[in-house]
Amino acid sequence: MTYPRILNNKFFNIVWIPLWAGLLVLPFTGAGNAVRIFAVAVGLMLLWRLSKHDAFTSLRNAAAEKISKTSAVIMSFSRYAEAPLAVAITLALLIILPVFLNDYYRDIMTLTGIYIVLALGLNLIVGQAGLLNLGYVAFYAIGAYTYAILSTKFGLSFWPGLVAGAATAAFFAVLLGSPTLRLRGDYFAIVTLGLGEITRIILNNWDSLTNGPNGISQVGRPVLFGYVLHTTLDFYYLILLIAIGTVFAMKRLMTSRIGRAWIAIREDEIAAETMGINTFRLKLLAFVLGSAWAGLTGVFFAAKMAFVSPESFTFFESVMILCMVVLGGMGSIPGIILGALLLITLPEVFRDFQDYRMLAFGVALVLMMVFRPQGLLGTAKGK
Amino acid sequence: MLELREVTVSYGMIDALKGISLIVEPGEIVALIGANGAGKSTTLMSISGVTGLRGGTISYDGEPISGRPAHEIVKRGISQVPEGRRIFAGMTVNENLEIGAFSRNKEELSEGIERAFSLFPTLGERRKQLGGTLSGGEQQMLAIGRALMSRPKLLLLDEPSLGLAPIIVSRIFKIIREINEQGTTILLVEQNARAALRLAHRAYVLETGKIVMQGKASHLEKDPGIKKAYLGE
Repeated sequence: MTYPRILNNKFFNIVWIPLWAGLLVLPFTGAGNAVRIFAVAVGLMLLWRLSKHDAFTSLRNAAAEKISKTSAVIMSFSRYAEAPLAVAITLALLIILPVFLNDYYRDIMTLTGIYIVLALGLNLIVGQAGLLNLGYVAFYAIGAYTYAILSTKFGLSFWPGLVAGAATAAFFAVLLGSPTLRLRGDYFAIVTLGLGEITRIILNNWDSLTNGPNGISQVGRPVLFGYVLHTTLDFYYLILLIAIGTVFAMKRLMTSRIGRAWIAIREDEIAAETMGINTFRLKLLAFVLGSAWAGLTGVFFAAKMAFVSPESFTFFESVMILCMVVLGGMGSIPGIILGALLLITLPEVFRDFQDYRMLAFGVALVLMMVFRPQGLLGTAKGK
Repeated sequence: MLELREVTVSYGMIDALKGISLIVEPGEIVALIGANGAGKSTTLMSISGVTGLRGGTISYDGEPISGRPAHEIVKRGISQVPEGRRIFAGMTVNENLEIGAFSRNKEELSEGIERAFSLFPTLGERRKQLGGTLSGGEQQMLAIGRALMSRPKLLLLDEPSLGLAPIIVSRIFKIIREINEQGTTILLVEQNARAALRLAHRAYVLETGKIVMQGKASHLEKDPGIKKAYLGE
């Protein structure tokens, strides 16, 4: 690439990058804050340069050693994550704890559960088969609306609704995946991005079916042996059940023959093809299964809220679920659970800074790309 | 066993193969030699069904296979060791071999793994090691072992000597001969013409998408034109 030589100068960088940062934030922070951000960025750049100086080599090595030791300790703990006792304690906590918490915490935990299931589903597509899906929320929406419409117009109950939502999402995945998955990966990303937006716009405008921006209310609640699930605790236990089922299903799937073939496709598609793997069919399978999972979660969401509207299914949702997968670590179940946990709970903890949420996500992702492309607990190597 | 008739392949405006015809008989080792960009890898990729043809036909055991998908061609008994080995770096040796047997059942898998380890004992010692941590020669052995897992009748080898030390190359070539003697037909693509001609029964010389010479490997080795262009004499 040819660009002005001065941009390559490291001393110029110290001013140039912060200037860029300052200009970027100028429109929404005002001049005073932009200057402050510029100053802080210059300081950070200087520190960064300084830390690279030879004088700090030993200090740097010591720090690196400390980090690797710490991560080794964490890893050795994570080996026990699947020990029966650890699983039993975690499960017991997850079952008993919410009884003593108020509705706010129960709702957060339920929301986390929803996103864990969604992120695990997306991981099949992005983490396992290596297909960048930028419109995952469309299938979540399709599941939610399928149940909402069938429930309000035809009185379908929740349990067959789960199947209907998953099946409808899978149907649309086949429809969309069959042509696009034959093409190179980039096209798939663009098509899914488009699908996400088109779905939301259709939901917003097809008044006769979806009731437009007003959404559909009075969606049927799940009924179990004559008892209507309605409290926050009921729904928490339901999503806990779904999440546990998902974790088991994903674990089986990822260690199966098909799971290994997905990894082969992700690592080197041409090599996988010459090994006799039907790459198109397996990619379609990953896409359809992942989408069906989103559809199923959508049904749960519709039933819990008893209401659906297009604004729950924006592009931002897709991005957030993708962030959970990438941040936590593509291809790692504990990593993705951690990613969902962080991205749902941290904004709740730092409510005062909510306006800067997107900014923080962006910064976090950039830092991850630079320092830990495989994600917090990931196994997959950065692509 | 394998016959290519007037095969043409193009990438956009560029013709990579301009109508090549070649035959591989059962039990043979046939070498395809030529310089960079002559179309050797394209030939193998079109046999494997990864690259589509623009014209001509490829038939295998008397049946046309051009236009069939890659996974079906593997099932029919043609397997490829792609250029640059392309092993799955993040998977262990065992897992790489398992992927190679994707079109086979469980019994055939364990038999195949035993066979691979008896051909390449070093792989057996490193079965739990990640593919990416192997040396170049070991990776080449793994790539060959992986391709054999589908029990091919015809093995396509693309530049098995690429980037390897001479001593490793001669070891790999010895094993290729062994595989052939056990009954697998081999189509070998090589830039290392000397080694390839010494190993093969017959050879074709490919130049910018056309076959310019063919014949017994021992004859080609003595041909003055070949000597000058490919053997550096």
